[in-house]
Amino acid sequence: MRFLGYTLANEDETPTEPPSPELYEKMGAFVEEAVKAGVVVATGGIAPTSEGARICLKEGEYTVIDGPFTEAKELVGGWALMECRDLSEAIEWSKRFLGVLGEGEVRVRPVM
Amino acid sequence: MSATDSTAAIEAVYRLEFPRVVAVLASFVRGDIGLAEELAQDALVDALRQWPREGIPAKPGAWLTAVGKRKAIDQFRRSRTLDQKYGELERTHPPSSAEDDFASTSPEEIDDDRLRLIFVACHPVLPVPGRVALTLRLVGGLTVPEIARSYLVPEATIAQRIVRAKKTIANAKVPFEVPEGADRLARLDAVLEAIYLIYNEGYSATSGADWLRPELCYEALRLGRVLAALMPDEPEAHGLLALMEFQSSRLTARTHPTGTPILLVDQDRRLWDRLLIQRGEAALRQAESRSARPGPYTLQAAIAACHARAFSADDTDWAQVATLYDELAQATPSPIVELNRAVAVSRASGPDAALPIIDALVEHGSLERYHLLYSVRGDILERLERYDEAAAEFERAAARATNDQERDLCLQRSRATRAKASTT
Repeated sequence: MRFLGYTLANEDETPTEPPSPELYEKMGAFVEEAVKAGVVVATGGIAPTSEGARICLKEGEYTVIDGPFTEAKELVGGWALMECRDLSEAIEWSKRFLGVLGEGEVRVRPVM
Repeated sequence: MSATDSTAAIEAVYRLEFPRVVAVLASFVRGDIGLAEELAQDALVDALRQWPREGIPAKPGAWLTAVGKRKAIDQFRRSRTLDQKYGELERTHPPSSAEDDFASTSPEEIDDDRLRLIFVACHPVLPVPGRVALTLRLVGGLTVPEIARSYLVPEATIAQRIVRAKKTIANAKVPFEVPEGADRLARLDAVLEAIYLIYNEGYSATSGADWLRPELCYEALRLGRVLAALMPDEPEAHGLLALMEFQSSRLTARTHPTGTPILLVDQDRRLWDRLLIQRGEAALRQAESRSARPGPYTLQAAIAACHARAFSADDTDWAQVATLYDELAQATPSPIVELNRAVAVSRASGPDAALPIIDALVEHGSLERYHLLYSVRGDILERLERYDEAAAEFERAAARATNDQERDLCLQRSRATRAKASTT
């Protein structure tokens, strides 16, 4: 089963400085471990909402709102598509990811 | 105990760690994979007792392995049957150092042990069913009931295959190592073959009501990804992975909702998984950049890539497909490869060029019972406007078809060509 895992946060509370070399190294080792376990199918990073837009269609009318949109928790940081046997495995990999990160929130959803 | 340290969480952790724990333990007990599996299972019993109380340790793999090693040492000291293996073990690993020892096991050493375990589990001394069962159990980390379910056989059958395989490995004194030298290629072939057989059992199941068992495909795909990551310099490891990624990209397009198969040329290509195609392309590049003369898995992956790149059968680079089948026929000659080559040649260069290939196959006789041989010949003859002969071939194909839909299709084509014959 494929799962999408993504980090979720209040953007205005998220540190803007780049990760420390130490964290960078630890995260690199973690990703390598996950690749060698055959779990990682794809990963990606994501830019702040200020560089994106929100697009809606309602009653035939499009509205496009430029970012940032900070009223709620948003996808911040990155995402990963994982091939896991079940949700418990996806949860375990997410816990390990957070353990490397130190703190945060990850959501996992099965990909249909 | 927090809610997250529930039994399900512990089991998930164990399942993730199991293949690495078994590999490191197998290395520790000098390649006794049966003992390594027992030790890993005993360590789980301890984990199920301690972790709910104390929480899952920060490094669960290290914890499980340390427990397994301690049990190994206890066991051989107790038994006092200090044969050479255990005598050596006690000298090189004094009991007091077991935990320190594991703490120092580097990720690279764990990777090396995993690779050694893959080569032992796929040893050609084992019959194919034993190789497959042992690989799924020890390298994939599936339980016996899970393997039995995937193969639709009783659990006892799988359990017995694994027991026998472990005995065969022990009797043959297979060393716990990745072979070097003359042996290496044959041993690697045995590994690739085992993984691809698991894949194919899922891709066109040989038993049961479902033609497709995707969970086996995904298990094999996972093994292929692990192998390619552990042997990044081995072109055919990437080749096999590329082939499985490409084939998996079509999993959802290969069957009707009723479960009957759809031929490649008739599939709705919008259903193909673009992500897996990209992964296939990436793995194929890895394979091709490392081999002057591509091996059979890389060639098959390259053929799969030609199909993946085309939005319809007509858009396909059939000349390239024909060239690749030509190379494949030289690398691994087989009647099925020849039949596929004939199809590609007929698409690329026309029916005149393809007919001699088919006629040679008919003469050879080995595909006599295979309906596609006759429907491909019928197709070629129809395009040569030899309608009476074509109709006869489609009838032969119908007589050999294995399901009603194929039979109906062949009969329909037979009637259509007969009608053309009478109007010319």
